[in-house]
Amino acid sequence: MSVQELEREQAPKKASFGAVAWLRWVWRTLTSMKTALILLFLLALGSVPGSLVPQRSVEPDKVARIYEQSPALAEWYDRFQLFEVFSSTWFAAVYLLLFTSLIGCIIPRTATYVRELRRKPPAAPRHPSRLPHSATFESELTTEEVAGRLRKLRFRVVTGDGWVSAEKGYLRETGNLFFHIALLGILLAIGAGSLFGYRGNVLVVEGDGFANTVAAYDRFMPGSQVSAESLEPFSFQLSEFKVAYQVTGDKRGQALDYSAHLKVNDTPGAPARDFELKVNEPLEVNGTQTYLIGNGYAPVFRVTDGKGQVAFDGAVPCLIEQKTTMTSGCVVKVPDAQPSQLGFLLQFLPTSVPLTDGDHASAFPGELNPEVKVLGAFSGDLGMNSGKPQSVYELAEPEVMKKLKPLVMGTSVPKPLAVGQSLDLPGGVGKLEFTGVKEWITLQTNYDPGRWPALVFAATAVVAIALSLMIRRRRVFVRIAQGKAEVGGLTRTEGSAAGFAEEFTEIVQVLSAGEKDVR
Amino acid sequence: MSAEQLAELSDLFVVAAVLLYVVAMVGFAIELAFGRSRPGRAATARRVEIKQPVAVGAAAGGDTVAVSDEVSAGPADASPEEPAVAGETPPGAPERAGQDDRTMRVAVRTGTVALGLAWLGMIANLTAIATRGLAVERWPWGNMYEFVVAICFAAVAAFLGTQIRTNVRFLGAFVMLAAALGLGLAVKVFYTAAGPVVPALDSYWIAIHVSAAIISSGLLTLAGVSGVLYLVRGDGMSRLPSRAELEKVAHRAIVFAFPLWTFAVIAGALWADRAWGRYWGWDPKEVWSFITWVAYAAYLHAKVTAGWRGRAATIVQLVAFGCLLFNLIGVNIFIDGLHSYADVD
Repeated sequence: MSVQELEREQAPKKASFGAVAWLRWVWRTLTSMKTALILLFLLALGSVPGSLVPQRSVEPDKVARIYEQSPALAEWYDRFQLFEVFSSTWFAAVYLLLFTSLIGCIIPRTATYVRELRRKPPAAPRHPSRLPHSATFESELTTEEVAGRLRKLRFRVVTGDGWVSAEKGYLRETGNLFFHIALLGILLAIGAGSLFGYRGNVLVVEGDGFANTVAAYDRFMPGSQVSAESLEPFSFQLSEFKVAYQVTGDKRGQALDYSAHLKVNDTPGAPARDFELKVNEPLEVNGTQTYLIGNGYAPVFRVTDGKGQVAFDGAVPCLIEQKTTMTSGCVVKVPDAQPSQLGFLLQFLPTSVPLTDGDHASAFPGELNPEVKVLGAFSGDLGMNSGKPQSVYELAEPEVMKKLKPLVMGTSVPKPLAVGQSLDLPGGVGKLEFTGVKEWITLQTNYDPGRWPALVFAATAVVAIALSLMIRRRRVFVRIAQGKAEVGGLTRTEGSAAGFAEEFTEIVQVLSAGEKDVR
Repeated sequence: MSAEQLAELSDLFVVAAVLLYVVAMVGFAIELAFGRSRPGRAATARRVEIKQPVAVGAAAGGDTVAVSDEVSAGPADASPEEPAVAGETPPGAPERAGQDDRTMRVAVRTGTVALGLAWLGMIANLTAIATRGLAVERWPWGNMYEFVVAICFAAVAAFLGTQIRTNVRFLGAFVMLAAALGLGLAVKVFYTAAGPVVPALDSYWIAIHVSAAIISSGLLTLAGVSGVLYLVRGDGMSRLPSRAELEKVAHRAIVFAFPLWTFAVIAGALWADRAWGRYWGWDPKEVWSFITWVAYAAYLHAKVTAGWRGRAATIVQLVAFGCLLFNLIGVNIFIDGLHSYADVD
């Protein structure tokens, strides 16, 4: 049965009143090709805002910015779930309807297909030469011999009194059905992945470690069926992180390679193994992948307070301000400093060069001449005990900042500090030492049980769609009478008649060849 | 040869390709303008591609074969070298007809020359890609410039490849125009000096994912050009082939390109799974390749839906082509995303 016939059969008929009739009408309308087409358009159209409006799951910071800059617009966006288009109810409505329509199409077509598979090719018409492709030649062959030759060409053959009819290309519909079923499979795999999988982000500084537990993540996004105990219990330590940069030419400063050396323990008791984590080469531990996502600098500082005690000593991950030179902004908070808390706003320059106006800037992203510019040093209550959530990349909230006492700012800023140099704060309230440079990396850990099923379904879909579009259904009929063979052929697939003409010529050649020449 | 020299050579070959495409375009245009016109309705009947009436019987010891070939006299069958078949010559005085005949023959010859130039242009285009690849020692489609150059090559190759089997010379002028414009855009707007790519692109997946995207884009460009011609062409006499034929060219290109595009998207997902930690994350490029895929799926469905065939299906196809172009170029320029390593300033 062709698509058109199927469609005609399924076309909405005049419904009489009554729940059953009405339901039948809804089902028929929903599963009609026209509805499917409209739903496809809606699906495409509905995806567009997903690329124009920032999505919460992809760019949460941009969403936050819209809320800050134009709250009214953000509210309207939110009302229509435009910040999460692909998990919105209206998008789900479209694809669920589409898949329902798809199921409504697959089921009857599968039934038809199974029937067609069992059915034999129809009897040959009285005059095969009236078919779109035909040939006549003298032949001594019997119907059985013709049938045999056609079978060799992998036709399904039926013979009758003086006629042979043959058909092939059933894989077309097989491909079609498998393709659509595979699409359903992909949807289910994605669904399973989002229920039973999780994703987490974490920042790790050189020398530090990470253990795969919910608490260790900076951001953890679990599926609704994920429990804290189900996380794969691996851990690793970041021994070293290296970046290779292009040093000459137009692309000077472009990163060429990132590599993080890890010591991985697959399970808590297992011996550590070395692993080199790279972009495009994730770490895999029992189906859980860890990816290298980002990197930056974490200069190491030691802060001595007014009482001469070391109040802070450690690496401070800095936010990248300029990607091409890796100029980074750092915040050092010292809540333990006595007599009052200390805070520093710093700028890290991996390759510091003096500018003509006496200022310094970074000229290269690699760590060739690392220096730290002190932008400001403050004393006073940093407000860290207020119970409000704090950002490690911000010294304090604006209202708290106003109350702090600036120690070093603006014109009093000294020359940048090189490694080993220190800055004595005025009034003897403390000292900031720049003791070394480490690097940080951001990692994403991902567990998605739907990955492999999705891949299998996707691969099936590709193969099936290729079969479905490339193969044509074709029939060949032969009538033999009085030493003459009349051959007719037709293809039931639109748009591929041209290719069939060549195949038909070959079939005629095989049928008309003498005994010895048969392949 | 040093990397710099190879890179320079590559740039020169791109310019050569543009020039050859432009000249070929003029040649094809002349053929179109002065060639014979064809009726609009499918009076062309069914094209039978049997080149010569098969004389198989000769070899088969006495059996004679006569492949019935009643429709082969259809005008579309006549190869361009043959003078116009009777009945198609525009009505006119006999002496004028003779002159027309000569003009037509010149036009056809010009078209043949254009075809040769198009081949040369394609070779220049390919050489440009190869030398670029040698200069940078990686797959030469790591940024927008290289990508567009490769797509232009793929479109021309799709056209010339089709031309080997089926006569689609009427598309020549338009494909050449598209390729010349594409290369011009690449050189003027997207140009990026030869150099290394960011580590995320340094993967064998670039060979698989981007190549599939390039080839399918080339085929879909061919379909897009046919679609535009379909809409431009009326039902009357025209120098363009009938609408049915234009539709067939477009449909065949899409039938090949759609599975390939599906593969390109899935290969992209596999690569994303290696590089970004998820196989699908609704990055703008992913969104638009999905939209493009859905739009072409809609076209394939429209082709078999009553009331949607022909004009409506062609419009759907062109909308899908618009999505494809926006995805290939627009997304990298206008929208920020993970694919924004186009190096476009």
